[in-house]
Amino acid sequence: MTLPVADYIAAWPEILLLTMVCVILVADLFLRDDQRGTTYFLSLATLAMCVGVIVVSARPGVHFALNGMFVDDPMADVLKVMVCIAVAAMLVYSRQYAMQRGMFRGELFTLVLFATLGMMVMISANHLLTLYLGLELLSLSLYALVALQRDSKDNTEAAMKYFVLGALASGMLLYGMSMIYGATGHLEIPKIAQAIAGGEANGTILVFGLVFVVAGIGFKLGAVPFHMWVPDVYQGAPTAITLLISSAPKLAAFAFVMRLLVESLGAHALQVEWRQMLILLAVASMAVGNITAIAQTNLKRMLAYSTISHMGFMLLGVLAGDLNGYGASMFYVSVYTLTSLGAFGMIMLLARDGFEADRLEDFKGLNRRNPWLAFLMMLLMFSMAGLPPTVGFYAKLAVLQAVVNVDQVWIAIVAVLFSLVGAFYYLRVVRLMYFDEPTDNTPIRGDAGVRLLLSANGLAALLIGIMPGWLMALCQRAIQASL
Amino acid sequence: MNNGLPLLTLAIWVPILSGLLVLATGSDRNAATARWLALAGAIAGFAVAIPLATGFDTASHSMQFIELTSWIERFRIRYHLGIDGISLLLILLNSFTTVLVVIAGWKVIDSRVGQYMAAFLVMSGLMNGVFAALDAMLFYVFFEATLIPMFIIIGVWGGPNRVYAAVKFFLYTLLGSLLMLVALIYLYNTAGGSFSIADFHALPLGATAQLLVFLAFLVAFAVKVPMWPVHTWLPDAHVEAPTGGSVVLAAIALKLGGYGFIRFSLPIAPDASHDLAGLMIALSLIAVVYIGLVALVQTDMKKLIAYSSISHMGFVTLGLFLFDRLATQGAVIQMISHGFISGALFLCVGVLYDRLHSRQIADYGGVVNRMPVFAAFFMLFALANSGLPGTSGFVGEFLVIMGAMKINFWIAFAAATTLVFGAAYTLWMYKRVVFGAVANDHVGELQDIDAREWLFLALLAAAVLAIGLYPAPLNAVLEAPVSDLLAHVAKSKLPGN
Repeated sequence: MTLPVADYIAAWPEILLLTMVCVILVADLFLRDDQRGTTYFLSLATLAMCVGVIVVSARPGVHFALNGMFVDDPMADVLKVMVCIAVAAMLVYSRQYAMQRGMFRGELFTLVLFATLGMMVMISANHLLTLYLGLELLSLSLYALVALQRDSKDNTEAAMKYFVLGALASGMLLYGMSMIYGATGHLEIPKIAQAIAGGEANGTILVFGLVFVVAGIGFKLGAVPFHMWVPDVYQGAPTAITLLISSAPKLAAFAFVMRLLVESLGAHALQVEWRQMLILLAVASMAVGNITAIAQTNLKRMLAYSTISHMGFMLLGVLAGDLNGYGASMFYVSVYTLTSLGAFGMIMLLARDGFEADRLEDFKGLNRRNPWLAFLMMLLMFSMAGLPPTVGFYAKLAVLQAVVNVDQVWIAIVAVLFSLVGAFYYLRVVRLMYFDEPTDNTPIRGDAGVRLLLSANGLAALLIGIMPGWLMALCQRAIQASL
Repeated sequence: MNNGLPLLTLAIWVPILSGLLVLATGSDRNAATARWLALAGAIAGFAVAIPLATGFDTASHSMQFIELTSWIERFRIRYHLGIDGISLLLILLNSFTTVLVVIAGWKVIDSRVGQYMAAFLVMSGLMNGVFAALDAMLFYVFFEATLIPMFIIIGVWGGPNRVYAAVKFFLYTLLGSLLMLVALIYLYNTAGGSFSIADFHALPLGATAQLLVFLAFLVAFAVKVPMWPVHTWLPDAHVEAPTGGSVVLAAIALKLGGYGFIRFSLPIAPDASHDLAGLMIALSLIAVVYIGLVALVQTDMKKLIAYSSISHMGFVTLGLFLFDRLATQGAVIQMISHGFISGALFLCVGVLYDRLHSRQIADYGGVVNRMPVFAAFFMLFALANSGLPGTSGFVGEFLVIMGAMKINFWIAFAAATTLVFGAAYTLWMYKRVVFGAVANDHVGELQDIDAREWLFLALLAAAVLAIGLYPAPLNAVLEAPVSDLLAHVAKSKLPGN
């Protein structure tokens, strides 16, 4: 068969990334340990090139490629650009941290880039197998990254838990996908949707498949009751990797939810089914995430529970089940990624050799030690709590508007009540930084790049909050043009 | 009318930007710079508010100094500013108070001066934003954002129990405003995708919807006012806050609640307002009478004034839910007057606290022997707080009681007891603190107020007397908005009417 050249345009960024990962993998073999900076810059350059290619090759409308395995639509473009930026930020933040812990090696970069490739494949998947392939590429890279410091007991334990539960989730997901295949006879997403719309599918099997798929999604997102791995992995993994897990993959997970639930199983009868399940997942996540976070003394663990609750919030937009809601969810997840990057970046900046700065007490009196960092962290915390004028507020506003719009006012009320609970523990961080005296007066070292990026990141939480219109509109247009 | 300058934008952003500038002075090495910059910023903030007053057309029934730009296209949220007489008075009160607060914190605050001053300036700008916003979401953003500086002010410069007070303050007020957020979103969807407050006013709503919306707003605004029984955060916050914080809290932050009722609850849910008026009046009277009695037994001066604040704010909610012209005007004047008087009383306590580091009434006695000038000022404010004719405290309370009398004798009677209780707790405190023989050596060493303290007390005294002796300009400014409000509340929104 002949493949028209245009077919590949959709996958250019992925092709570029894969090529570059291979180049970096080989090139790194010839570098001495003190030349590792080259790998670092090559990785950043690769990500920058990917962004460039995505932007240049962006086309309006939906384009299928590679025999319907792959799709390139505006939603994918926007999400991929965000993923590349988030991963690049992660590399910058973790440079010093990784150096101090002997993690600044070629494996870190190749694995991170492979994870990025996995995310991009997930985002652009148009076929259940492509989707699964991307997911596994991402997950396997992350398992290895968590265990990168092989002598650390905590890291290995976290990796083990992550791997076992992740494998279980993948199993569920595959089982669900196989049922969908059985019911519709297709693996290609638009064809599944057609088959369901045409009434050819066996309803019972389809609903069973849907349950397994939702459970798999729940695992991957870390939504309650499938959340058990999240706190352990967040706390056990090196902070650099926690940062990676908690940021860019959430963007990919959003795309994953969209492709699976909305694009393949979006028929009205099924939507009614998954909406019920998502309501349960979302409300339980917000409840458990926010309430349990209060009891934490470890900041990474607290942020893990906070992630759980944020994923619950993100699901609110999806369960609204209309374009308005999907756009709100996409905005929510981009905002979440932005603040999460900043919060973990801050932990890494405060960390130093042999000291993780991941306990809440480590933030005591930060305002005395460094008012600017305390101010940035305050912005990030308020953004997570969803307080105006930070951007987190508009994210909450958007999803709340989406659920109220479909007459689910009660969910909105439940959501705001739990976000009040959430405000309590974000506030605790601010309280420790501003109201307490420092117990640790070691000067904070960090290279200029990290400080600059962190400043930009924290200020973005405020400035995008003052002018949130463009990002909201971007997400909304991307969703509208893609569905 | 507004001679080309976006005056309201200036009134909001001049204080905020000067606050950021003050913040940029950095550490306490530059404390003097921070102080002067803050003073300049506060005065500039007041200066840009003056043309609002001079250019204000009291005859007009529409919003003035309108500014309208699109802000968030996606939700049609607009940067829509404009003021009527009520907002005008509150903006002036706020800008004026900010100047006083900066002067009051001049010497007393010696750690993190820049951050302290910046927090007040930023808050002042945000408050102006609340009073000037004509878009509900813009209002909400300003309304919520004021929590952050206040939280920091109480928590960083407050008393020994500041952390508890700050968190309590924050969570209490956040609870209220989050429910309001859901109500606003509901109204947005019902209004067909508009956050404009004017559209909300014109929106027909069924009885149940009105009731729920009203209750959501009630939680938000009742916490702010604060009404009994959600008032418990206020004494804690006041007692722990630094003097400046107490002043802003009492003078301005509480007014957000009263203003919210005027701008949102009453016109958006008029039928529910009428249905629940009995409840609101009962809660207000409990605040007036019961909290007045609670104030009587306080041993801490700040706590006493805090309870007195709650009791006086009861008049505001009482006046608003009588749906009477005099009572409504009285309620608004009471808000303004309470701003000056409670601010002044907190500053008086601050003056004493700075010298003796105690707020306990029992630690004082015979202050007049050492501080005669201060005692005179304190006397004036204490009498104003008791509602002495000729001071601003009298005007508002009198108008509300007059309005109540027309409706029901017993409501008026219950409200009027405040004239007795108010005088009792204020003057009794005054007597114990100021009169008598010098109580102890510490009091014996007191120095009378210096020029700085004289300045802010004199400014407040002038304001209190001016409103008390010649309230006509206030009434003139309030005439149009109050009659509009009453006309709006009188018209049912139920479908079929």
